[in-house]
Amino acid sequence: MKRFLEKAVKWLLTASGFVTSLVILLIIGFLFTEGAGLFREHVIEDGYVLALNSENPVRELSAADIKAVFDEDVTNWQEFGGPDLAIETFRLEDADDYFTEEQLGPQYENAGTLIASLVGSRPGMVAFVPESMIPDGARLNFIEDNTISPGEVFAGAEWFPTATPAPLFGMWPLLAGTLWVSLFAILFALPFGISIAVYMAEVASEKVRNILKPIIELLNGIPSVVYGFFGLIVIVPLLQQVFGLPVGESGLAGSIVLAIMALPTIVTVAEDAMRNCPRSLREASLALGATKWQTISRVVIPSSMSGIASGVVLGIGRAVGETMAVLMVTGNAAVVPTSILEPLRTIPATIAAELGEAPAGGAHYQSLFLLGVILFFITFIINLSVEYISSRSKAQNN
Amino acid sequence: MDRKQILISVLAAFCMYGTAEAQRIKGSDTLLPLTQELAEEYLSEYPEGEVIVTGGGTGVGLAALPEKTTDIAMASRRIKFSEKMKFAEISLDAKEVIVAYDALAVVVNPSNPVDSLTREQLEAIFRGKITNWKEVGGEDRKIVVYSRETSSGTYEFFKESVLDNKNYMSSILSMPATGAIIQSVRQTKGAIGYIGLAYLNRYVKALAVSYDSGAHYAFPSVESAADGSYPIVRPLYYYYDATREALVRPFISFALSPQGQKSVLEQGFVPVK
Repeated sequence: MKRFLEKAVKWLLTASGFVTSLVILLIIGFLFTEGAGLFREHVIEDGYVLALNSENPVRELSAADIKAVFDEDVTNWQEFGGPDLAIETFRLEDADDYFTEEQLGPQYENAGTLIASLVGSRPGMVAFVPESMIPDGARLNFIEDNTISPGEVFAGAEWFPTATPAPLFGMWPLLAGTLWVSLFAILFALPFGISIAVYMAEVASEKVRNILKPIIELLNGIPSVVYGFFGLIVIVPLLQQVFGLPVGESGLAGSIVLAIMALPTIVTVAEDAMRNCPRSLREASLALGATKWQTISRVVIPSSMSGIASGVVLGIGRAVGETMAVLMVTGNAAVVPTSILEPLRTIPATIAAELGEAPAGGAHYQSLFLLGVILFFITFIINLSVEYISSRSKAQNN
Repeated sequence: MDRKQILISVLAAFCMYGTAEAQRIKGSDTLLPLTQELAEEYLSEYPEGEVIVTGGGTGVGLAALPEKTTDIAMASRRIKFSEKMKFAEISLDAKEVIVAYDALAVVVNPSNPVDSLTREQLEAIFRGKITNWKEVGGEDRKIVVYSRETSSGTYEFFKESVLDNKNYMSSILSMPATGAIIQSVRQTKGAIGYIGLAYLNRYVKALAVSYDSGAHYAFPSVESAADGSYPIVRPLYYYYDATREALVRPFISFALSPQGQKSVLEQGFVPVK
């Protein structure tokens, strides 16, 4: 009976290990398949075409070009290698301005032919209309509808996922914003975190430690939305006054909030590592005549380096993936940050703010999954590098 | 409120079992709280009626109408040409009723001396062509532009109405909620943003807006929105199939009745009459 029970427990443990790994792999696979779908989507919105007059030689426009045309930032075809002609834009919503209800017919059966003839009569016009509406044999030219290219996505500097006719999925500002804000968060959290850890592990008396430790661990349990709220109400106006900024929602506000949030993780893990430093090492150092400070800086910290490093990684992981607090204090402007005092937008905040309304299966939806893939790679690379660092420091110790 | 909602869902579930046909209402999340309120009052007036209200967005509601999975589609914008085309394909004659108006107020920090802007100036500000308040008669201060997230219907409506369908500038600050816009505008001297009329309070200053290049300016209020002098107003619609008018008429009449329009006002929208 006992042996059977032991076997059952062993089997259960094995199964739970395998199931967990399998689920993680499935989640990653799901992320990748959904994200990769973006590159099969077309630049122009599904089911629509950009129709041109048959005399217009322009055939190819990038998504950014199309946005510039419909925003009236570019107003002449010359810019795209066409004739010296003013650009006129036409959207389906403009149909009422050109045609009367009677012309269109009660069921709008004439709309397609009317629009085709309108575009046919205006050499500079570009019309954004459903493909099904264009009558067969209409003498019109169409802009080539290529699939979205990885270059436009990863190196693109503009994030306009809901723009029509052509959404822009430039992820570079979001990636840069995420890395930028996390970098500063760690720069703030690291010195504080390690000094608190050293204090608690080596300097503080048992009594002080017993009070401090629960307080710091309490920080870990506060919901991130509370940090965000605190940041918006307290830190943002404070920064605005101290630095005389036109706008307080900035990368700096985000990194301060993130630093506070990452602190308990760094402190707890680093402190545990230092306290686990073998007593023999410490005593050997003191026996050789080293002072307490020399022991801490030359013996305790180097020997617990891998523990400190993993604390830092967990802290970075929290900073990179943090959503709600960042969403509330960074201002969410999708521009490539040039200083930490400017608003920026991070990947997790973008996913959280936009996934709710992105139509399932569409390009916008898939682009958000692709952002998830990028986030996954960031943490993956951080993990790998730390494994490498700690394995090297172990090798040195031996 | 919550209990009543549960009551409605339970009632709805009962209706599924019963033989009586329930009125299904689906669509815009802007109209959702108002319609739920109206449905509750309607049910207390006419306990024999059945109403099921669900959200999902304007597009979802209007797509459900030709598929006959809803009886009334709530819409926070006018039906699009492409959607009309879909209705026309199956010869669906959709009737349109305006149940309420929703006005958007453009707000700035109370310390800002600027009182009024034209649509063209607003477009230039939100598109990043004007970046300093002195260009529109204010102090020498950088303009900080706040917007809602792309998922918001308010974002789309402001883009259509004020920006003439052009895109916002990419460096715009997008806030997750109206409350966050108010908080930020309140504490940022150079700020400008837009919020629903119902959210206006003394911590932010509403601007008068002109849509005829400065000939007439109007401040946002329930009155100016109702008489048409304030321009950034969107009608909120119910769409229904004309052949099924008998089924939906009682509820729509109730929504347009003085009692229904009182709830409209209480929910922060502008009544139709």
